Amino acid sequence: MRTLFKTDYRQDLTIWRHRGDLFWYGLLLLIVLALPHLLGVFYIGELGAVFIYAIAGVGLMLLTGYTGLVNLGHAAFLGIGAYTNAVLLTAGWPYLLTLPASALLAAIAGVAIGIPTLRMSGLYLAIATLAFGEIVSNVLEKWDSVTHGFNGLPVPIPEIFGYPIAGATAVYYVALAMLILTLWIAANILRTPFGRALMAIRDSEVSARSMGINVALYKTVAFGVSAAMAGLAGALFAQYVNYLAPNSFDVLLSVQFLTIVFVGGVGSLQGVIFGALFVRLLPQAISIFRDDLPGNIGHLPGLDPSLFGLILVLTILFQPTGIYGGWLSLKAWFQDFPLHRAGGFRRQRSYAKSERV
Amino acid sequence: MALFRAEGLAVHFGGIRAVDEVSFEVDEGEVFAIIGPNGAGKTTIFNLISRLYTPTMGRMSFRGHDITAIPAHRIAGLGIARTFQNIELFAKATVLQNLLIGCHCHVRASIAAQILFAPSARRDELAHREKAEDVIAFLDLQRYRDAHVGGLPYGVRKVVELGRALCTEPKLLLLDEPSSGLNMEETEVMGFWIEDIKKDLGITVIMVEHDMNLVRQVSDRVMALNYGRLLALGTPAEVQSHPEVIRAYIGGEVPA
Repeated sequence: MRTLFKTDYRQDLTIWRHRGDLFWYGLLLLIVLALPHLLGVFYIGELGAVFIYAIAGVGLMLLTGYTGLVNLGHAAFLGIGAYTNAVLLTAGWPYLLTLPASALLAAIAGVAIGIPTLRMSGLYLAIATLAFGEIVSNVLEKWDSVTHGFNGLPVPIPEIFGYPIAGATAVYYVALAMLILTLWIAANILRTPFGRALMAIRDSEVSARSMGINVALYKTVAFGVSAAMAGLAGALFAQYVNYLAPNSFDVLLSVQFLTIVFVGGVGSLQGVIFGALFVRLLPQAISIFRDDLPGNIGHLPGLDPSLFGLILVLTILFQPTGIYGGWLSLKAWFQDFPLHRAGGFRRQRSYAKSERV
Repeated sequence: MALFRAEGLAVHFGGIRAVDEVSFEVDEGEVFAIIGPNGAGKTTIFNLISRLYTPTMGRMSFRGHDITAIPAHRIAGLGIARTFQNIELFAKATVLQNLLIGCHCHVRASIAAQILFAPSARRDELAHREKAEDVIAFLDLQRYRDAHVGGLPYGVRKVVELGRALCTEPKLLLLDEPSSGLNMEETEVMGFWIEDIKKDLGITVIMVEHDMNLVRQVSDRVMALNYGRLLALGTPAEVQSHPEVIRAYIGGEVPA
């Protein structure tokens, strides 16, 4: 068990708790950078998708996990980002401009949904955002002149400094860079008054207001930042699939993002990564075991969505801290071995909803 | 000059006159207690001052400025902080984080600067941390610094909430039943803290309180309310022996 002895307030401002953290995350980065040379194209493609889901997941974590606003229309922001990217690339914009433009347009949409829903929370907000998702999905279908409706929209291959972003490996590296940027921004938000204001709004709106927090402003900005991250993920998603269809951004995708947040672990950025891995790998696992299931259960329509729903419900009921919370308890058990007891002298990290990175 | 002044303050909810044309002044450096039976409108007055409610009639001014129409989130920045009757802490955060949220009204860095963790955001953080540590030292909260608020005993949470209010560096502190839920010993300690806040920090205090021992111990002046109306205003001894106040609490006829 490591005991931190702090001698300076600056030690609380770092992203890393101590040098050990820095070492392990550095090692992880090296491994992730080297992976395309070690794994086949299929796995690199899948991991690229995990990164893209994680970027959108970080956005939803800020909104749902830290601000306490449920969003069932997160996929709509992804769709807005994806189509913006595709349309602007077709118009000949450079990639380094279409990425921020996609994030920006999604952020504007986020603010647009954030302002009218300011007074809503819980179930009502879930219904409102669900409706918003359906509206965006319908617009993408019907706005033929821009989105080509169900004919789909081919996504041009962009270039960064003359290097074409095509194929699994290129998308993988771009997505990795953007994921690191997103995580850095989220970590900054969480260690500054902005992030604490979001948590304050989640825990007690009345007292947040009495502490001088402009609740309406922060909720709106939270929606905007969350949507911007989803828009960025959407822009990368467009590169990942090469061909956009309006029905890719439906409520099922939104539920998958909620699954990332809850299964990964509410209130932790690490949880987002675990959640994204889980959500992307589950369909693969289902397809592997599909043929071994008795009868024709494996080929029933709607098996995947029902499994996602079931897992989401079971997680909220039985493992509310998600995968990351489970990992922390396990780590604590080994660190205190053989003295560990439930609810013992250690600070209860499993309940650390507001914990910084 | 009075630090805080309410003139003909009233708020009606439908047909109920929760506060009915109450006027009072609070001078700088005093502890001003508001007493009264349940439903007298004491907490409602706090909610009016912290602008969670909008008065139906009347005006409020603080340090000479009219605050009747100022949005609730700007009240803390002007120098009015409050605690709540049933503790409204941020339960899933640590004590330190709660105190840092109390520093929120002194944030200078823009949201964009915070997202990029620019030097201005770093300066803010260090300044807030120092302020929070001052309050931790003042209220003896060192051993709870990193504990989650949700798991702390009620009495400690009460002190944490007081600390969070102090972090806003208020000129005027509103304490809503500081002794509720505390045992006799804790109530006495709370009384000493209120005296320290007044003497050492020079903060003016308005408190709603039921415990008459605490009221006698710390307050300079007392205002008694019943059914939203002002019954009596004066020193603790005067108000306690005021026939209207006795009738409000005990009932019975009072010779006219």
